[in-house]
Amino acid sequence: MSDIQNNLTAKDFKSDQEVRWCPGCGDHAIMNAIQKALPELGYKKEKFAFISGIGCSSRFPYYMDTYGFHSIHGRASAIASGVKVANPKLSVWQITGDGDAMAIGGNHFIHAIRRNIDINIILFNNEIYGLTKGQYSPTSKFGSVTKTSPYGTVEHPFHPGELVIGAQGKFFARSIDGNLKLSQEIFEKAAKHDGASVVEVLQNCVIYNDKTHAAISDREHREDRTIILRHGEPMIFGKNKDKGLVLDGEHLKLKVVELGNEYTEKDLLVHNSEEVNPGLHLMLANMSYPEYPVAFGVIRNVKAETYDKAVYKQVEDVKEKSSFKCMDDLLRSGTTWEV
Amino acid sequence: MSKKADVIERKDVVIRFSGDSGDGMQLTGTLFSDTSAFIGNDLSTFPDYPSEIRAPQGTIGGVSGFQVHVGQTQIKTPGDYADILVAMNPAALKATAKWVKEGGTIILDEDSFDEKGLKKAGYKTDNPILEDKLDRFNIIQAPISSLTKEALKDTGLDPKSILRSKNMFALGMVYWIFNRPLNYTESFFERKFKKKPLVIEANKIVLHAGYNYAETMEHTTPSYKVSPADIEKGTYRNISGNTATAWGFIAAAEKANLELFCGSYPITPATEILQELSARKDMGVKTFQAEDEIAGICTSIGASFAGDLAVTTTSGPGLALKGEAIGLAVMTELPLVIVDVQRGGPSTGLPTKPEQSDLMQALYGRNGESPVVVIAASTPSNCFHYAFQAAKIAVEHMTPVILLTDGFLANGSEPWKVPSMADYPEIKAPIVPEGTKDWNPYARDVERLARTWAVPGTKGLEHRIGGLEKDELKGSVSHDPMNHQRMTEIREGKVQRVSNFIPELEVEGDEKGDLLVVGWGGTYGHLATAVNELREKGQSVSLAHFNYIKPLPKNVKEVFANYKKIVVCENNLGQFADYLRMTNPEFKYLQYNKVQGLPFTIIELKEHFTKLLEE
Repeated sequence: MSDIQNNLTAKDFKSDQEVRWCPGCGDHAIMNAIQKALPELGYKKEKFAFISGIGCSSRFPYYMDTYGFHSIHGRASAIASGVKVANPKLSVWQITGDGDAMAIGGNHFIHAIRRNIDINIILFNNEIYGLTKGQYSPTSKFGSVTKTSPYGTVEHPFHPGELVIGAQGKFFARSIDGNLKLSQEIFEKAAKHDGASVVEVLQNCVIYNDKTHAAISDREHREDRTIILRHGEPMIFGKNKDKGLVLDGEHLKLKVVELGNEYTEKDLLVHNSEEVNPGLHLMLANMSYPEYPVAFGVIRNVKAETYDKAVYKQVEDVKEKSSFKCMDDLLRSGTTWEV
Repeated sequence: MSKKADVIERKDVVIRFSGDSGDGMQLTGTLFSDTSAFIGNDLSTFPDYPSEIRAPQGTIGGVSGFQVHVGQTQIKTPGDYADILVAMNPAALKATAKWVKEGGTIILDEDSFDEKGLKKAGYKTDNPILEDKLDRFNIIQAPISSLTKEALKDTGLDPKSILRSKNMFALGMVYWIFNRPLNYTESFFERKFKKKPLVIEANKIVLHAGYNYAETMEHTTPSYKVSPADIEKGTYRNISGNTATAWGFIAAAEKANLELFCGSYPITPATEILQELSARKDMGVKTFQAEDEIAGICTSIGASFAGDLAVTTTSGPGLALKGEAIGLAVMTELPLVIVDVQRGGPSTGLPTKPEQSDLMQALYGRNGESPVVVIAASTPSNCFHYAFQAAKIAVEHMTPVILLTDGFLANGSEPWKVPSMADYPEIKAPIVPEGTKDWNPYARDVERLARTWAVPGTKGLEHRIGGLEKDELKGSVSHDPMNHQRMTEIREGKVQRVSNFIPELEVEGDEKGDLLVVGWGGTYGHLATAVNELREKGQSVSLAHFNYIKPLPKNVKEVFANYKKIVVCENNLGQFADYLRMTNPEFKYLQYNKVQGLPFTIIELKEHFTKLLEE
């Protein structure tokens, strides 16, 4: 993107609409992080388009002073794809939730990723349907008691990272609503990645699913139960930086080790988010507490040709070789005859 | 090659090629049509093929047909009954002999009429001619398969490819019967098989073998002469409805100075529009083959929001899936054209057969008060004009437009006088220029009630739209009761005002009379031919054929008041008749409805109209 503008601030991205999310909702923090990330990208304000579906998080575009489209349930990936292919100069963001993206919009979600269209998909995952007041979602933990599962769910949840990588995703990152700084850092990287970027943000719904992420997010335990992955850095975590991840080659899985006599920092895996082979990224994305720390940061960030660029390249290539300059040429092409 | 046999002069002739779906009947029919057009006949074609790609070989279900009507007068339909039927196997004979005119000619590949073939086709005896009383026709039994093999035995071609070219033997025979030149078809072989000289040669040998065979058989073969048609001077080409639709959109994009985007999902019988647009990257067209029907329309809505001329193409089942998204385009007031190439329904229905039963779905098939403009093409070639008009209305009035065609128009083809783009009007997209002060997303022009189009990327016009009810001016979310009432009325009013920008209804025939035949969409050719033939006999009957359905032309009442009887003819159970009862309740509407997956026949229409005139 050539159009550079460096004098914007987070305030320039706030619209005049009253923000109507519940007090204490994780959405507020996520929006703050995005509004802080956008000026850092250096794009002109008019280049941003925010596209959403339906759900609490999907009200997001109304609160942004950018081009925005609050569409219909599940379809934001498809609409965002159309926006990007029509006008590839835009920085296109899709705001979605676990119901919007993984249930009703699952098909569009995986295909946008497979095509590698250059959109930034921010997936607010609170493991519940909030706007319809508390039914289980495709990411609700097995056994979750909700209004439509009063005896507990009997279905297994999607892990967004697994789905993204399974759909040949080239960029997957995870953050949590409470960590503004990390979220901002990740959003900037997602925006700069050429291709479909998915950022799963663990988000707390104070009303219908409060503390669903509390086991890994509370102040006392979070450093021991999560790990922040950074490209080129060893996979180390814990309040005292005394734990790390190694590859258990025998069982082909990850293993948490204590640093000390048996293992030192040199034995730990070093994160390579640019590795094309998705094997390790999938293991990292799938780590769940209590066996593992939950991974935050950019887990996968691989370069590949984007759909939108390929579309334009093909059009240009074919046009260059064609003798058609206008509609009249096409109308008179092929077999015609005079009467 | 001199012709000795008696030559029958005819104004028009109908010929039907019929065979197994792998026998290449569509190509055979197309080549005959192209040659006929090339020598100056007017014509109309209708391919009739099964929905299975390869139904069990030799069965009735697998029969694929192509009917073409050529003439020296204006030809508006593919014809009811065939003068000549080419039946490549027993199943083709069994399925289509009923469509041959009394005294017509049937050419059979006698090699295929063995025990196995007859049994598969459902014949109980070894003599299908007697069994189905076909001796009233002129039957020509030709050993097409074996003569094809014989002709190609020294070429070195493999047996499968040899047998595959038997359709060219049949075509060669038909060319002799109709006194047609072979050079057009020969040059087709040269283009099509550029890299396979052996195949070019083999096809030419078989084509000539068939031609010479028919000549040798002259004592049994009739020979027809159909002189060139007396049609308007100009440059002509053959065009099918689906290609014409695709081209209409490309033309509209050029006149609107917008890029064309088509998000779509393959569905019979609409797929060729997506295919043609995909091939037209040379015209800058962007196509997006989506993961489903919903994504097809949603990518187009996204593209429209971002400033492209956006279209999506589908058939009835797909239109049902797109319903919610059409409502979004209604609410966000974005330009969008949705093409519904109608087919037999409900559900999967009759995917390859034409019907007009999506009218009510197009008008009302959405939640809420969700008005869209609905227009319908009525001939294969005027799909170009109505696709262009659909795009023009969508852009200039900032509204979704549903364009209805059907399987009959989509796959049918006819010669078309190629238009000049200089004769087409500009399309003025209401795009908001950069630097516009105090702009409101939902402010409207007074004439059309259309809002304006601020394209993302334009400095200072950042705004939000969406599916929630909009504030009348700012477009922000509004739950105000009176605002909703006003917006609902404005959306309807905007569509109704399109009637100020479309032509008035014109009648073919007398302006007053005993009977007014009313039709819409793809039935035009049959209705016009039936009405004209009755008028030639002095009957007081006229035709009012609709292309603009919502809104209707402004002079409907004026026109209808001039006739004693009105009969609405449709390939459904009366959807347009009901719509007219609702919009123009002061008239009495008789109905003539046919829902067989088949077009009307001229004969049945004339019979029915005659009865109405006598009552």
